[in-house]
Amino acid sequence: MEATYNYKVVRQFAIMTVVWGIVGMLVGVIIASQLIWPTLTESLGPLAPYLSYGRLRPLHTNAVIFAFGGCGLFATSLYIVQRTCQTRLLSDGLASFVFWGWQLIILLAAISLPMGYTTGKEYAELEWPIDLLITVVWVAYAVLFLGTIVIRKTKHIYVSNWFFGAYILAIALLHLVNSAELPWALGGGSWLKSYSAYAGVQDAMVQWWYGHNAVGFFLTVAFLGMMYYFIPKQAGRPIYSYRLSIVHFWTLNFIYMWAGPHHLLYTALPDWAQSLGMVFSLMLLAPSWGGMMNGIMTLSGAWHKLRTDPILKFLITAMSFYGMSTFEGPMMSVKTVNALSHYTEWTVGHVHSGALGWVAMVTIGSLYHLIPRLFGREEMHSVKLINVHFWWSTIGVVLYIAALWIAGVAQGLMWRATNTDGTLTYSFAQSVAAMYPFYTIRLIGGTMFFAGMLLMAYNVWKTVAAGKAVNDARIPEAVAA
Amino acid sequence: MEWFAYPENTKPLGLLIFFITFCLIVFWVYGSRKRGKKLEEYKNIPFLDDDDEVKKDKSNG
Repeated sequence: MEATYNYKVVRQFAIMTVVWGIVGMLVGVIIASQLIWPTLTESLGPLAPYLSYGRLRPLHTNAVIFAFGGCGLFATSLYIVQRTCQTRLLSDGLASFVFWGWQLIILLAAISLPMGYTTGKEYAELEWPIDLLITVVWVAYAVLFLGTIVIRKTKHIYVSNWFFGAYILAIALLHLVNSAELPWALGGGSWLKSYSAYAGVQDAMVQWWYGHNAVGFFLTVAFLGMMYYFIPKQAGRPIYSYRLSIVHFWTLNFIYMWAGPHHLLYTALPDWAQSLGMVFSLMLLAPSWGGMMNGIMTLSGAWHKLRTDPILKFLITAMSFYGMSTFEGPMMSVKTVNALSHYTEWTVGHVHSGALGWVAMVTIGSLYHLIPRLFGREEMHSVKLINVHFWWSTIGVVLYIAALWIAGVAQGLMWRATNTDGTLTYSFAQSVAAMYPFYTIRLIGGTMFFAGMLLMAYNVWKTVAAGKAVNDARIPEAVAA
Repeated sequence: MEWFAYPENTKPLGLLIFFITFCLIVFWVYGSRKRGKKLEEYKNIPFLDDDDEVKKDKSNG
């Protein structure tokens, strides 16, 4: 029997990426609305407590990062590792377990977070029983991915797989260390509540070592693995410099782990640790921009392709946002800049420049490349709709981040303004009132991005309906590489 | 062995080890033209099993 690739698990994750993207961004639109109309969900009677801002906000972040982004990474990593290693996944059963296990985790998060069960640790809010389940599924994923590399038919391991491998190992380490917690049941309390194993400033440092590296390895390194495969494939040209991709990989790995303390500038964290975080954040600019150049320069000499191919537009614009947010991040980690930006809307704008502009757009572009191939179609149902999606998303992100930049700087300046006698010029409520116009622009931008996802869902639906699931993609005879 | 118990010793040691390792990686990547050529060939891996897709544009390699 001829050897074939396992596309089933890739298809499952690809479709769920679109589904969870819509859910996660819808929750984002709701909480952005609540900032303008705080009583929006209060009239919903018994449902109101479950839909309050405090409960929906972690649901939004978990849904877009781990459900939308996570499914996108599972889909693309499991596709890329097969195609570049020219072998079927290590085990179909394990692949199925990873898919259903991850969906169960998402479902449990969608139930427990609105119910108010949370550790209170940002991006690690899920309580300990779900943490244990995450560990089991993640180990299965690691065995599946790394095991597939072990049985590869090609000699060399393509650079995308190095990025995915680093992400899998780093996330395992981060999750295990940051989620060390004591179930309150041990003290006679609830089975669904736990407390961190760390205390005080150590807890904060561990949390932001985790938090920043979740950004670094989940939202950056892993999506770069996606970029190093899908930009060359969509452009029909190999990556600009393979050697640069190797240096990009190692530099990010050496530097990212140390940048976490920049989340704790001007806190009780020792000053040397704050400076260390700042210096390493500044150093990150070099590999980040090196990688961005590598992605964008892949089109060198073939820029005309950008005019006609909306998928490439998504991918290359994503690289531009990657460059922009990796310039902004180091800048914001400089203590004097951070003194103005910290705790303001500027940070939220920065995060979304990365999350929507880089992560979501590279995922969307990759899925538009991938989905027709998984369903036996030459291209998506409507290329025109991809183009519309691209412009809605781009205008949406720009509106979103520009509004929050202005809002954040205004907020920071209002908080620090003092009168000649040393009293504050503005009350906190005045600074909140000044935010309303910007919150409205942000809601418009976010809604545009969300509407783009609905367009995508329609396009995917029509493509799937007209196609047929590909289960017989032949693995070619191994080519020496 | 006691020397390793002091962070003021092991921190700069760690820094040195990581820095030297990084320099060796960069040297390995860019230090030899022959190796560089070999490494650059790996950029074609995503296209090795293309029989049904757009023909590769070789302008970058």
